Amino acid sequence: MKAHPIKAAAFLQNEARADWHDESLWFVRAKRDKAAHEIPEWEQLRELASQIKDHTLSRLDDYLEDFERHALENGVQVHWAEDAAAHNRIIQSILKKHRARRVVKSKSMLTEECQLNAYLEQHDIEVVDTDLGERIIQMRGEPPSHIVMPAIHLKKEEVGQLFHEQLRTEKGATDPKYLTEAARQHLRHSFLKADAAITGVNFAIAETGGVVVCTNEGNADMGTHLARVQIHCMGIEKIIPQTKHLGVFTRLLARSATGQPSTIYTSHYHRPRPGAAMHIVIVDNGRSKQLSRPDFRNSLKCIRCGACINTCPIYRRSGGHSYGSTVPGPIGSILTPGLDLKKYSSLPFASTLCGSCSDVCPVKIDIHEQLYRWRQIITREGHLPRTKKWVMKIAGSILSRPGWYEQAGKTARRLLRGLPRILVYAPLNIWGKGRELPPPPRQSFREWYRKNREE
Amino acid sequence: MSKKKMLSAIKTAKPPLSSMPAVPPFPTEQRPASEIFGAQAAQSGSRVLLAADFDGISQAIHFLYPQARCIASPLPQVTSGIELKNCEPSDLQAVDVAVLNGQLGVAENGAVWIAEEDMVHRVLPFITQHLVLLLPQDQIVYNMHEAYQQITIDEGGFGLFVAGPSKTADIEQSLVIGAQAARSLTIFLT
Ligand code: SF4
Repeated sequence: MKAHPIKAAAFLQNEARADWHDESLWFVRAKRDKAAHEIPEWEQLRELASQIKDHTLSRLDDYLEDFERHALENGVQVHWAEDAAAHNRIIQSILKKHRARRVVKSKSMLTEECQLNAYLEQHDIEVVDTDLGERIIQMRGEPPSHIVMPAIHLKKEEVGQLFHEQLRTEKGATDPKYLTEAARQHLRHSFLKADAAITGVNFAIAETGGVVVCTNEGNADMGTHLARVQIHCMGIEKIIPQTKHLGVFTRLLARSATGQPSTIYTSHYHRPRPGAAMHIVIVDNGRSKQLSRPDFRNSLKCIRCGACINTCPIYRRSGGHSYGSTVPGPIGSILTPGLDLKKYSSLPFASTLCGSCSDVCPVKIDIHEQLYRWRQIITREGHLPRTKKWVMKIAGSILSRPGWYEQAGKTARRLLRGLPRILVYAPLNIWGKGRELPPPPRQSFREWYRKNREE
Repeated sequence: MSKKKMLSAIKTAKPPLSSMPAVPPFPTEQRPASEIFGAQAAQSGSRVLLAADFDGISQAIHFLYPQARCIASPLPQVTSGIELKNCEPSDLQAVDVAVLNGQLGVAENGAVWIAEEDMVHRVLPFITQHLVLLLPQDQIVYNMHEAYQQITIDEGGFGLFVAGPSKTADIEQSLVIGAQAARSLTIFLT
C-alpha cells in the first residue's frame, strides 16, 4: 500500500479543493462544539460513557452471552463470525435460505470492513446502498472517505454529473435538493423491490437482546420494514449492558457526530414482524486481538461518531482516501494497524499528536497517546516508512545530545529564514507538505528564557 | 463452534474487572418541558402546534394538507383512506399523510417515542410522505435518561424515537429535508 504521506501529497495538489475540504470538516466540528456546550453535564456524560464501556469490555463475554440469550428468546436468529470471511459466508447463507436476491443496505462500517458488497455480487446478489452518501460512492465505485459523511470529498458538480449519467437527471444540474429528490425516487424503487435488508448496529443491549440503529435519512427502516428478512451486523464491541445506558450514549452520539441534539431516527429492534425473519451477526474480525493489547484495547470503546476525524488537522488536509483503511482519521490510525501493522505502518504517523481527537472523543479514548505508542512499536519493529526513518534518525541522534540540539536549532532557524520555500518543502521533510511553516523565531525558546532570566 | 472460540478468545483477552458506574439523575431546567420541546423540535425542522387551536384533528389535517389524497390513521377521530389492518406494508407507498399517536416527548432534542402498536405497520411513519403525531403535553420529559425510564423499549418488537423530518447533508453538507423517509413532521400537542 502506498504510504499516507504520498497519497496526502496527491490530495494537496489541488490547493483550493483541499481548503474547501478542510473548511467543510471544520464547520461540522464547530457545530459539535456548540451542541456540546449546550449540555452542562457534557463532561460528566463523557466520563460515564467511558466508564460504562470500560466495564462492558471487562465483562464482554458475559454480556455477549446475555445478549444472545435474550435475542433468541425474542425469536431472533443469532450468528457468530470469527472473521470477515465467516461474516460474508453467513450473510450469503442467510440470503440463500430465504431465497433473497435483492438486498438493500444501510450504513455499516463493518460490512465495509468485510468487503461484503463485492462478495455478495460474486454470488449473484444485487446490493444497493441506501444512505445517500453511500449510494453516491457506490455508483462511483469508491470506498467511503468518512464514517459519518461517506461522500464528504465530493463536490455537487461531481454528484450532478454522476446522477446525470446513472439516474438521468438533467445535465449540469447541481442543486442538492434536486439531486436528493432524484435519489429518493430511485431508492424508493429499490426499497419496494428488496427481499432482504442489512443494517449496521449502533448499540446492542445485553439486558433486552435488542439492537439500536441511528439514521437521519430513515433508510435503515425503509429497508427493514419492507423486506422479508432483516439482518443486523455488529462488532462484538457494540454491546452495552442496559437500556438506561442508551440515555448516556444517545445524548453523546449525534451531538458529537454532526452537532444535532439527536439523530432523526433512533430505531429499537427486538423482534421480527409477523411473517418476517430477523438475524443478528456478531463479528470479531480482529477485535478480540485488539482487546488483548492493554495499550490499545481502549480503541474498542469507539461509538463511531467521527468527531476525532472532523477535528483532525491531518485528515482535513489529506482526505479520507489517503488512509487506505475502512475507518480513516485518528481512530482508524489506531484500529487499522492492529489488523496489519506492516501494511498500515504509515498511519500512526498521520498525526501531529496535537491531542484534539482525544479532547472531542465522547468516550474519552486516549487516541493521540495510542498513536504515539503505535509509533514506538513500528519504529522498534522496523516498519517505519523510509522518509520518516531518515528524519527520525537525524532527529534521534540530535535529541540525545542536548548540546547538539541547541546548535542544530540555531542552524535551522538561521537557515530557514534564508531558505527558499522549495527547500523547506523538499520531499525529505514530510511535515512541510501541505503546511505553511511559521516564520522561524529570531530567538529559540531557550535563548529567550536565558535572556529573560538574566534580565 | 465459532461462538465458543470467539467467547474464549474474549475471555482470555479482556482486562481485569472494572466497576459499573451508576447513572445519576441530571438537574433539569426551570422552564416547562413542553416549552423547551417546542423550541428544540422546531430547530430540527418539525412543526409543533397546539391541538386546541384547531377544531378537531381531522379538520386540522385537511387544513394543513388540502391536497392529500391518501390519509392513513388508526385513530378513531381521523377517517383513514386506507384500511390499515388489511394491507401489506408496500401498499403504504401511496400514503400522503399518516396520523399516529406518540407516547412520550423529549424536551432536549424534540424526539417523540412511537410504540409499535401505535404504528400498525412499522414502515408507516417512514414511508408516508408526511407524518403527523399527537402528543399529550403532560407526556414530555426533559432528557433521554428520563425517557428511557418511562418507556419499555422491548414492549413491542420495534420502537422508535423520531426527532424531525427525514434529512441528509450528504451533498456538500447542504441540508436537504426529505431524504428517504417522511418529508415533514408535524406534532400536535394535545
Ligand atoms: S474515537 Fe471517539 S471521537 Fe473518534 S469516532 Fe470513535 S468515539 Fe468518535
